[in-house]
This record gives sequence, C-alpha cells and structure tokens, in this order.
Amino acid sequence: MSDGYVTPDGRTIGGKVLEMRNITLRFGGVVAIKDISFDIREGEIRAIIGPNGAGKSSMLNVINGFYHPQEGEILFHGEVRKPMKPFQIAQQGVARTFQNIALFKGMSTLDNIMTGRFTHMKTNIFSQMIWKGPAEREEQENREIVEKVIDFLEIQAIRKTPVGALPYGLQKRVELGRALAAQPKLLLLDEPMAGMNVEEKEDMSRFILDVNDEFGTTITLIEHDMGVVMDISDRVVVMDYGKKIGDGTPDEVRNNQDVIDAYLGVDHG
Amino acid sequence: MSDNVLPEGLDTFPKLLARNAVQWANVPAYREKEYGIWQSWSWSQVSEEVSALAMGYVALGLNEGDFVAVIGRNRPYLYWAMLAAQAAGAIPVPLYQDANAEEMAYVLEHCGARFIIAEDQEQVDKVLEIQDQLPNVEQIIYYDKRGMRKYEHKHLNAYEDVQAEGRAGHERLAPVLKERQAKLDENSTCVMLYTSGTTGKPKGVVLSNTNIIASAKASSEFDNLTMDDSVLAYLPMAWVGDFIFSIGQSCWTGFCVACPESTETMQADLREIGPSYFFAPPRFFEGLLTNVMIRIEDASPMKKWLFRTFMAHAKKVGPDLLDGKSVSFGDKLKYRIGDLLIYGPLKNTLGLSKVRVGYTAGEAIGPEIFEFYRSLGINLKQLYGQTEASVFITQQPDGEVRADTVGVPSPGVELRIAENGEVFYRSPGTFVRYYKNPESTADTKDSEGWVATGDAGFIEESSGHLRIIDRAKDVGKMSDGSMFAPKFVENKLKFFPNILEAVVFGDTRETCTAFINIDLNAVASWAERNNVAYASYQELAGHPKVLDTIQSHIEEVNTSVATDEMLSGCQIYRFLVLHKELDPDDGEMTRTRKVRRKVVAEKFHDLITALYDGSTTISTETEVTYEDGRKGSIKATLELRDVAVVPIKKEVAA
Repeated sequence: MSDGYVTPDGRTIGGKVLEMRNITLRFGGVVAIKDISFDIREGEIRAIIGPNGAGKSSMLNVINGFYHPQEGEILFHGEVRKPMKPFQIAQQGVARTFQNIALFKGMSTLDNIMTGRFTHMKTNIFSQMIWKGPAEREEQENREIVEKVIDFLEIQAIRKTPVGALPYGLQKRVELGRALAAQPKLLLLDEPMAGMNVEEKEDMSRFILDVNDEFGTTITLIEHDMGVVMDISDRVVVMDYGKKIGDGTPDEVRNNQDVIDAYLGVDHG
Repeated sequence: MSDNVLPEGLDTFPKLLARNAVQWANVPAYREKEYGIWQSWSWSQVSEEVSALAMGYVALGLNEGDFVAVIGRNRPYLYWAMLAAQAAGAIPVPLYQDANAEEMAYVLEHCGARFIIAEDQEQVDKVLEIQDQLPNVEQIIYYDKRGMRKYEHKHLNAYEDVQAEGRAGHERLAPVLKERQAKLDENSTCVMLYTSGTTGKPKGVVLSNTNIIASAKASSEFDNLTMDDSVLAYLPMAWVGDFIFSIGQSCWTGFCVACPESTETMQADLREIGPSYFFAPPRFFEGLLTNVMIRIEDASPMKKWLFRTFMAHAKKVGPDLLDGKSVSFGDKLKYRIGDLLIYGPLKNTLGLSKVRVGYTAGEAIGPEIFEFYRSLGINLKQLYGQTEASVFITQQPDGEVRADTVGVPSPGVELRIAENGEVFYRSPGTFVRYYKNPESTADTKDSEGWVATGDAGFIEESSGHLRIIDRAKDVGKMSDGSMFAPKFVENKLKFFPNILEAVVFGDTRETCTAFINIDLNAVASWAERNNVAYASYQELAGHPKVLDTIQSHIEEVNTSVATDEMLSGCQIYRFLVLHKELDPDDGEMTRTRKVRRKVVAEKFHDLITALYDGSTTISTETEVTYEDGRKGSIKATLELRDVAVVPIKKEVAA
C-alpha cells in the first residue's frame, strides 16, 4: 500500500501526505495519546473515531500544530516536520474547523469566509491603507474565491446575514466555507456533524464528499457518530483511551473485536 | 386569421433574435447573479451563444421537428437552450423542475423528446432514473458540471462542450441552420407546454409562432412595454406565462430578463433588480403581506403607530391617486409624507418600488391584499388567462382596476358566455391543438376556433369587465337545488392570513363542510407571541386555540356568504384542520399549486364521512411522500367542529 490504492468507487488514492510515527502526547501525568502511528494519503477521506475522551481532538491538534507531542515524529510529504506554530502549518495548506463553532458571530457570512483567505493575503498594512492598486486587486481575487465557495456550499441567501443569527447547521456550513476558502490541501474537520439533525447530517456528508471529489482535497475528520463516518470514509482510525485500537477500511473496522468492545462495552468482570 | 397579425420578417424567434442582435447589439438581454455579481449578456452575445448551441445540437444529430425537453430553474442558459432548439428547427418543451421522476417520465414519454437539457446533476439523476422507460431519449446535455465527472458520458454532454463543438463546426453547420430556419414560418410550432393538469394527466399544448408572437406583441402594446423595462424571471419555466414574458415579450420589445442567483435569494435579488414589470401569483403577494405584518407586530410601538396611521391614510386615498382621480390637497400632502416615511421604504424593501405594471393571475386575490399593494402606489392589476390562450384572455387596463373582476378582453380576444355560464374565447393566441390528443382538442376547441375555458363567469354590464365565479366543473347543486360554488367560499377563507388553503365540500349534499390548511408562517408567529408551545406542524394545526381562531374566521366568512343572493347556501356547517399540508408531491395539488379536488376527496374520504356523520373526533392515517421520493405515513387524531351559520330565508324551497 506504499504507493496508494484504488477505492471501491474508483478513486485513486495517492502517496502519504502526513505520517504520524509513534506519537505520544502528555499533559503532566495524563497521557492523552499513547504511541500512535498512522498515515493520511493524498485524496482520501480519513476518519478518526472513538468514544468521548479517546483523544481524537488532541490528535487533530497535534496534526494542526497546536500541541507538540513529547515523543514521536510527524512526516509531512515524506519529510520530518519541525515543531511549528499553527499559522505556519496553515500556510502549508492545512485548514480546519472546530468542534464548538469558532466564528465571528457579529460578522456576516461573507466576512467570516473572507477571513479564511488571511494566510493568502500578501499586501502589507500600508498598501491596504492606500487601498488603490495592489490591495484592491488582492481583495477582488480573494472575493472571487470566496464567492465560489459560497456558491459551492449553496449559502448565497445568507451571504450578508450575521453569523450569530443563523441556525446551528448553517453555522457549521459557514465554518466549513471558511476552511475551504483557504484552498487547503489537507482539511481537518472536528466533529462536523455534532449536534445536527438527520437532514443536516446528510447535507454535510454530501458537501464533504463533494469537496473531496471536486477539489481533490484530502480530508481528515473526527466523529463519534459511527454511522455517518462509515458511509463516507475510505479508511478509519479507531482510538480508545489514547490508544489506537483499529485501523483500516470501514468494513474491517466494523468487524474488529476491539472496536466492538470499545463501542458496546465489554464485561470486565 | 393569422395572415395580417405579424409584421413581415418577424414571424419566428430566430428572425426576432437576428433583428435584436443587430438593432440592440449592446443592450443587455439577460442577467444572472453569479458569484455575487450580476453578469449580463447583450443581445448580440445571446445570439452568438444561441447559434453555437444550436449548431452543437445539429452536430449531435438533432432533427427538424424533434422535441427538446428543458428542465431546471430560471437561468439564461436554459432560455438559450429553448431559443437554440427553435434555431435548429426543433421544438422546446420546458418541464417543471420540481416534478418527480414519475411525472417527468409521463411527459417525456408523451412528447418523445430525443434531447434533454438538464440544469444540473439533480435533474440528470432524475432522467437517468427513468431512462429505461424512455427509449427515445438519446442525448442529455447538462449545464452545471458539478458532481458530473464520474458519470458515464456516452450520451451525456456538457452544455459548454456542445457549444464548443458547434463553434468548431461553424462552416459546416451554419448553412444547415440557415436552411432549417428558412423553412420556419408563422404557422410552425413555437413551443409545446404541458398544462398543470388540475384534472387528470397533463396535456401538451402546441402553440405556434403566431400564437406566441402575436400575444407578446399585443400585450406589450397594451401596457406600453419597451426596451427600458425589466423583469425578474423566477416563476417555473414550464409555465406559459414565463415563456411569454421571458422569451416572447423580451424578444419582441428587447427588455432585459434577470434571473435570481438561487431560489432562496429571490427576494433579495428582486430588491436589487427592482423590476418595472412584475408578475406573481396571489400566493406570493399574500406571503409577502403576511411577512410584513409579522414584522410590524414585532416592531416598536412608535413604528407600529406610524405604520397604522399612514396605512389607513393610504387605504383611503392611495387607489384614487393611482387611478388619477382628484384628491384634496391636504390628503395629497399627507400621502407624500407617508410615501417618505412608510410607503417608499416599504416598497423598496419588498423590491417593488420601480414596478410600473404588476400582474397577479392564476387564482383570485383577496380584496384586502390587492388594495394593500395598490394603496402603496403599486400598479397591481389582474389578468385572466390560460396556456391554451397563450396567457391572455382578459386583463385590466390602467385606471380600471378592481379586486372583483379580471378585466376586459385583451386586444384581439373575442369573448362569449355560453348558456350554462361557461366562458368561451377566440383569439390569435388560441392554441393549435393538444399533442397526440385529438379528442380533447375537439372537446375544447370547436371548428370556428372558440375555446372553452372550463370556467363559469359573466360579463358585468356596467363596466364590460369579466367576472369569474368558479371552475365550471366544480359548480354544482346542493340537495335543495341551490348553487354550490366551492371556489367562491374557499377564496374568502384564504384571504385570512392564517389560512393557507381550504377545500369546501357540499355538492349534492345538504350542507357544506371544509378542510383547512393553516399558514405555518402566520400561525407560528402568533404562537410565538402568545406562548403557545408546539413541536410540529401537526401539533400546531390541532391546537385548540388555533381551531378557535379558524372557527371565528369561518364564522366571518359565513356572514359574508349569507349576503350573496345566489350562493347563500354555501355556508360552512362543520370543518376540520388537516394534519398535513396539501402537497404537489402527494398529488393533492398541481405543480402550480392548485388543489386537485377529486384526489383530495378520495384520499381523505374517511374525513369527509366524519364531517357528515356528526362525530367530534376521528383518527386517520395518511401516506406522505418525502422530497427524495420515499413514502411514509403519518397518523393523527383530528377534532371536528361545528360552526355557527347565519339563517337564511329559503324562498326557493317553497
């Protein structure tokens, strides 16, 4: 599997974008992640699942550079990644959404998604003050990309609506829009479907698949809703108490005894 | 009859388009908001796009006389797809975009379309789903490429690619187009439109170039439409009205057709475009008014007071000002102040501030609703028409606008009222025939060209205006012999914001009863303000307080019905509020949202029985269809209520 594989629906998955090798993350005496290794390949939808407190979000924060693991190494496109600040990692083409929506509530949908373009803005504060010339051109280019995202996510009707006034499902979609506006190569989604009703979940699943299909974006998502994850992911990592207890295609994972025990409980008696 | 109707050289759409491309080369013809910006295409650009597509059709093997089905929401590309079909000697057949696969299968099978132009993946999927039943379909062309990459492209082509192929083969294909267009004349078929089918299966109405162009010409002249006007195209493309406005009148006068960004943004786009010529069904105006009223209820007391005061004044003098009647100086001044403070900003918010000619048609509109818009200074008028007439039968001229009539015969239209009260007409717009249905054609249109509308009405002697009573088929007799006209009562009921839909029963029975659908917007807002908790539509619809309100509305209607000489027998004795909204997906309504009376009566026959056997509650189970076509069922226990009626003297019975 070193050179990728072909999914059952005919997509070709490429080489390793990111490889985690023996990652261990501790907070004081608490071990959040214990000796975990897995990889994320180009063009795939990779899920990390596990019960509450399994260390999923910590894992995402390690990928995204917010936490630095005490042990292990991270390979980005085959090279060992030095410890970096989250914004440096964002500049490398990694974007994310948050479990608890982290949008600017008072700002419009459009402005919120515009902030996703921040890492691509090159003009300095002085040319922005003068506005005419480079700054204006840059704004127009960015706006065009943002408008395409708005069109893609079908949120034209709320373009000018303050985000705080939107229902939860739509806020989640706006957050996805902000991540997409960065035109990421690797998109990290932290529980994109938490708290949604069935219809909203279906919509979100559709968008995740479309993003992957249309832009070829590699997607890593965290979810504790098994059903949705199994339907849309190519490969799944299962975590429990900071350890990896399963890794493979949805079918493999579904039949893994350790996974079944972790989800359904096991008699310790 | 049609010899002298159309001017020389302008008797087909390819000719009109060619004229426009020269005469108005740089005048905007179509606009669409995309990526947040209004994009526009001039007449010369449109002409180029259309001929590229038409050549592409020919390259793919489209023959003269073929039907080309077009499915999707209002977008310039789809209008061009229809114009291109005509340019290639074929006949466009627009379909309702929200039609389910089964309904689509019927129409596609009936017309035998070989080419289908679908807007996007959703529409393509629907066609692919029913492809087994459609051996005729050879090519599917889609506009939006999103999600289409994985499909097998043997018979699938992207719109752009078809155009590119047409452009590439220009030298070879342009002469073919020219030759085909030379064969077209005023009697060639312009378009085939399917009726919405209030009763039975939809019928394909064949309309000739004369029908469409003559109607477009006459109606443009009637309202002085010119190149400077603009419209927003948001009504279904399969509806004859949209074809007349967005293709007929637009090609004739050269005015610009704007298409909304998406269905949900229609209101915002309406505001940005500010059309001068606007068309909407009564349902739209009712909904808009309901929203305004809900927002006023939530406004501060000062704003509420301003609104009430000035709206009362507008009601008093607004319509007179619009009709050019004399009004005292003081009243005029007060109206101007109101315009500054209330009417102007309100019209602007609604997107109606530039409307010079507005029409409502399809159903009767409530007098209060009608007057509300007129008092704001919006020239809203009524029109009576149908697909078979290329829309126009009667319409109201400026200055003669009333809520209770549908106007005088449109230019070129002759009217006749038969002995049983049914309205007949004859005009240049009269359809050629129903496609593959000579019996229905013969039933509807006689040898002299008179067409039965199926509506009962009369011409008011004092003004010459036509008044419509009801569908002729629906007018019946109660068991005591008095007249039963359900629509008359239903319309009165629907004028209340809380009531979305009503179905009245009573033919051959002693008393009338009714099914009611509540308007979720209005009732939910009321519930919020009165701390009424509810979890679902069904629960709200069955709430005792809601029933009280509906009951009081019905009692008001009964009082009003009792004053009508002919129809006083139509008062409602009992009613129930339905546990689900009547829905086109369940076949209870047509796609244009007209109730299919027979279907409703059959589907809910247990409820009708309960209305007449005196029971006070009934448990029922109803099948519903979800948007994706799956079926489910809902159970409910409904309360049936008696309503007070106004006693009437029964002279007839004696």
